Amino acid sequence: MNSARADAVVEQRSTSAIPPARRIGDPDSLLWRIVRPVGMAALFLTLWGLAVRWSGSDLFPTPGNVASGIVELIRKGLLLKYIVASVFRVSWGFALAVLIGVPLGLVLGWYSRAFQAFNPFIQILRPISPIAWIPVAILWFGVSDAAPIFLIFLASVFPITVATIAAVQNMQLVYLRAAQNFGLSTGELFRQVILRACLPQIITGIRIALGVAWLVVVAAEMIAVNSGLGYLIIDARNAGKRYDLVVAGMVMIGLIGLILDLLVRQLEKFDEVRWGYIGRRK
Amino acid sequence: MKDATVSIRNLSMRFPGKRAGEEIAVLENVNADVSRGEFVCIVGPSGCGKSTLLNIVGGFLKATSGEVTVEGQPVQHPDPRRIFVFQENGVFPWLNVHENVGFGLRQETPSERQHIIARYIDMVGLGGFETAYPHELSGGMRQRVEIARALAANPDIIYMDEPFGALDFLTRLKMRTDLVRIWQSEKKTILFVTHDIEEAVQVADRVLIMTARPGTIQDVVDVDLPRPRHLDSPGYLEKRDRIFQLMGMSLRVGETAA
Repeated sequence: MNSARADAVVEQRSTSAIPPARRIGDPDSLLWRIVRPVGMAALFLTLWGLAVRWSGSDLFPTPGNVASGIVELIRKGLLLKYIVASVFRVSWGFALAVLIGVPLGLVLGWYSRAFQAFNPFIQILRPISPIAWIPVAILWFGVSDAAPIFLIFLASVFPITVATIAAVQNMQLVYLRAAQNFGLSTGELFRQVILRACLPQIITGIRIALGVAWLVVVAAEMIAVNSGLGYLIIDARNAGKRYDLVVAGMVMIGLIGLILDLLVRQLEKFDEVRWGYIGRRK
Repeated sequence: MKDATVSIRNLSMRFPGKRAGEEIAVLENVNADVSRGEFVCIVGPSGCGKSTLLNIVGGFLKATSGEVTVEGQPVQHPDPRRIFVFQENGVFPWLNVHENVGFGLRQETPSERQHIIARYIDMVGLGGFETAYPHELSGGMRQRVEIARALAANPDIIYMDEPFGALDFLTRLKMRTDLVRIWQSEKKTILFVTHDIEEAVQVADRVLIMTARPGTIQDVVDVDLPRPRHLDSPGYLEKRDRIFQLMGMSLRVGETAA
């Protein structure tokens, strides 16, 4: 049966590898891949600075003001402290959302009667903005980290649950039948087949949820906490209209959001899930 | 019928139609037997219910009436002693070749597992591809993985639902040759559904011919040709043409030139 390999075409293993840089003029070379986003950012910063100068505004900061604001925060030792505080809260809220959302989604996606019972409930809770929960969060959790963690959890648990439910409901019948054929127990079926078959879509849901969780951090830190990037923004505004620090906080949130997304995207590169993204991305 | 292992008795299947109260008869009073160690093909036109029949025999669907027994026991559920090979993409894309082939091995010790997996990967000619994932393989190779996964579980019977249906002509030819060789060495019972008459005559001991919907077994053709079979031998052509005729198919394509 060695000639079996003759009819077999092994597709290229590494479909997402960056092609080697050839020459400067090549629009796909590594150089251009870096130049494009960096150039765009430089253009944006220039236009921003010019716009502030021409308008003669003395309230809105220039990019230079923001940069010196960031330096000031670093000198005072506040920047790292606030980043750690925000990342800490988002990590907890988000981790709880994954730990509850994924199993809940698997169960509701699999048992249609449970889905009938719970789905309207989820769909009613889902559109309520986490900001609406702020009074409730203060009432329940008071002045503690638990209140923002609760809000971040609320913001991220629904995208994860809904993505997981959809993944299970749209799972290919053939995987299920193959699994049933080999006599798997219900527990094995969930762990070895349903979860694994749905993982690519679950990771996509997790990516969206992490974005939402980070989005909510500002609102969550408006309440009853005295640290974090959200707190920095509110505090800088209230204590002396320091708009350079307000924008510095915004910039840091944006940059960390970018880093978080890049980290989650690394999950998509594992062999166990890469099959789920083939054909969807170059 | 001596030593029947699979018995299909008075099997009928009706699905609910689009309108309320409407029913579509898919299978009508199907009767068939498969002997132990036999290679049986079911052929029929598209939509005749042959896949539905195999899914009922495999325990994935419940018949409206009638019964399927294996070794005298009524079939209620899928069973690891009878493994199904699907038309395409039945292998798990999140497992590599080695893990897929070992999927049905649950009781064995790790060293037994390794031994069995290696044996069947070798048997289907996928040595060297153990760590490859299904999406990195061609369609033919994925079907080889699935056949190896079925064999590794050491079933008594293998059900195959158009397993080579999605493959190109040359690959199908090669897969049939290899499947017959594996069947000869492993001594499994195989029930194989196909719409391809030539495929049936190349591989089977016996061909069951189904009518269009509602499907029923119209004829049975014994393919008592020695193996290896020559695709241009008079015996082969005679069996093939007989089945074409029984299915009401013309062997000519196009109008006669005037």
